[in-house]
Amino acid sequence: MVKPTLEPGTVIDGFRLEELIHRGGMAELWRVTRAVGDPPMLMKVPLIKEGSDPATIVGFEMEQMIMPRLSGPHVPKFIAAGDFAVQPHIVMERIGGTSLLPRLKELPLPYAEVAALGVKIATALDALHRQHVVHLDIKPSNIVLRPTGEAVLLDYGLSHHAQLPDLMQEEFRVPFGTAPYMSPEQLKGDRTDPRSDQFALGVLLYFFSTGVRPFGEGETLRAMRRRLWRDPEPPRKLRADYPPWLQEIVLRCLEVEPSWRYPTAAQLAFALGHPDQVKLTQRSERMSRDSFRVVMRRRFNTDLKQASRKADVTAQLASAPIVAAAVDISADASLNEALRVTTRRILATLPAARLACLNVNRVHRLALDTTLDQSGHSKQIDRLVALRAWAEPLKLDGARLTVHVLEAVDPADAILDFARSNTIDHLLIGARDPSFTRSLLGSVSAKVAAEAGCSVTIVRPPRAD
Amino acid sequence: MLIALFADIHANRQAFSACLDDARARGARRFVLLGDYVGYGADPEWAVATTMALVADGARAVRGNHDHAVSKPRESMNVEATVAIEWTRGELGKPARDFLACLPLTATEEDRLYVHAEASSPESFGYVASTADAARSIQATRAQVTFCGHIHRPAVYSLSAAAKMTAFTPVTDVPIPLLPGRRWLIVAGSVGQPRDGNPAASWLLLDTAKREVTFRRTPYDVEAAANAIRAKGLPPSLAERLSRGA
Repeated sequence: MVKPTLEPGTVIDGFRLEELIHRGGMAELWRVTRAVGDPPMLMKVPLIKEGSDPATIVGFEMEQMIMPRLSGPHVPKFIAAGDFAVQPHIVMERIGGTSLLPRLKELPLPYAEVAALGVKIATALDALHRQHVVHLDIKPSNIVLRPTGEAVLLDYGLSHHAQLPDLMQEEFRVPFGTAPYMSPEQLKGDRTDPRSDQFALGVLLYFFSTGVRPFGEGETLRAMRRRLWRDPEPPRKLRADYPPWLQEIVLRCLEVEPSWRYPTAAQLAFALGHPDQVKLTQRSERMSRDSFRVVMRRRFNTDLKQASRKADVTAQLASAPIVAAAVDISADASLNEALRVTTRRILATLPAARLACLNVNRVHRLALDTTLDQSGHSKQIDRLVALRAWAEPLKLDGARLTVHVLEAVDPADAILDFARSNTIDHLLIGARDPSFTRSLLGSVSAKVAAEAGCSVTIVRPPRAD
Repeated sequence: MLIALFADIHANRQAFSACLDDARARGARRFVLLGDYVGYGADPEWAVATTMALVADGARAVRGNHDHAVSKPRESMNVEATVAIEWTRGELGKPARDFLACLPLTATEEDRLYVHAEASSPESFGYVASTADAARSIQATRAQVTFCGHIHRPAVYSLSAAAKMTAFTPVTDVPIPLLPGRRWLIVAGSVGQPRDGNPAASWLLLDTAKREVTFRRTPYDVEAAANAIRAKGLPPSLAERLSRGA
């Protein structure tokens, strides 16, 4: 299959090549145009030559299968694909922003910026995982921020789609990926676990916040395998002011055992977005790497760990939702009890689910609110305490429970906004009795139920009759 | 164009008519029948008559091992299957028996091959149960896509340009692109006696324009089909397995 060299002005399937933007080892990227009114577009053309790496072809086949099936702001919009027999290519939306690659010059970045970036990337990963895809090549050059702020994930050549044949799996017995970012299970040949992307994001967060790659840059299989037993230097050892909560999150992402990481990327995003609520375990306190003995035990007593079973992307996401309960502290005790009973029922079946308890502190549109009551007490703290008291009978581990007091003029808007920005899967909210306030202000629960993007359960107290 | 492909109907009237209705409702314009119209089930005469009508209307059909056994007794069948075929011989009139005996073992259409079982030796009716079987089948033909049945469990195999095989268990209703750079073997599930643990009738919808194949499941009145089997005095295990999809 000898192809003519592409040059500006060449027209392929109606797309005119304008400018070569990037020439990599496996593909060329061209800016292309077709008709007036088209969005900015990019054509990816694989470099398939005599004797070229079969991975180039298979990776391109995977990308041609997966990209047309993806949607949403976190992927480049697919526009067209070219026939392999004629001129293989993929035409996609050209994202306005630049990748994270140029940021490497500025490392380390401020902690708050790393966390904010992490929230965006984890949210994008969650969106991808919900579409049955594990990316498997998360690294700075494959992440672009849209001008509107969302992270976009590029390059699906190494990805795994749980509902499509995995052409990579059978083709290559050696692991494929980018050495510094590759998860332990990927090294062992498992391409099906969405938590592998969490590991790669952990590497990125570690790198961006310390300026150092946690596992170096070694490209040999031997160098890469060391991460199976050798833990990285704790970030706090590298930077004295490193926040314990960030170390907790980063080291949890870098756990060798996938089930020790966050159950879902959404839960990781949630943790990054609420640093004050991160449960600090021993991970956050580490100031040095594990001892030689511990490392040797890990290295040679591998049979202590159960063989990793095949993860089902969809099943795993479904088992670890984020549930939010909107608690009105001033409501009737029987309603709050009913809300708790329903919450318990939902959490009982899902041990990996986490619960966010919300309360809205209604502030007035005009009057200047004071956060203290007459005796100088903080209302905010009172409400947090009340929320924890409400959740206490559920006996949830600190890692599964968070409490949030939102301040807003409109409680429904505040709850909806929280659900959206924290990718809540299921909202529980109490229904109010028909009352004067409701007829005057409208029902919060009705508005939430009507407008939420997730499932909503409206809870009522048991019938008295 | 949308083509519906059915394999291993096995005289299950309830399942086959539900699939035909579903396929037509989804816009299927053509039908391909991958063999085993009779055996196991209670309505062989109806199943063959329906198949004959579809073929008269332009459908393609190939012969399966049970169809073959109606006129040429084979010894390699299990007891239940043998009993069912003996009963079937006494149910089918001559036109139906002649029709089955004259069906081809393979049929081709554009770059597609239709065959009941493993294609390297269609008359041996071998199962495609592994990537090795699939590789043998693909390499024995020149078709870009082969469609077969026989094993009653859906599967997708492909052979890459670098001669590597992939195997995949398809997900219902998720279209699989038949990439032109490789060769494919699509194993249809069974209409009349699924054995993959799901009792719903299994069939394929091929979109020739998009080059995509979708594995479909159609629920049908399993109880009625099972009762019909019992009413004909056929082995009760044949009725019972329908509700388990095993």
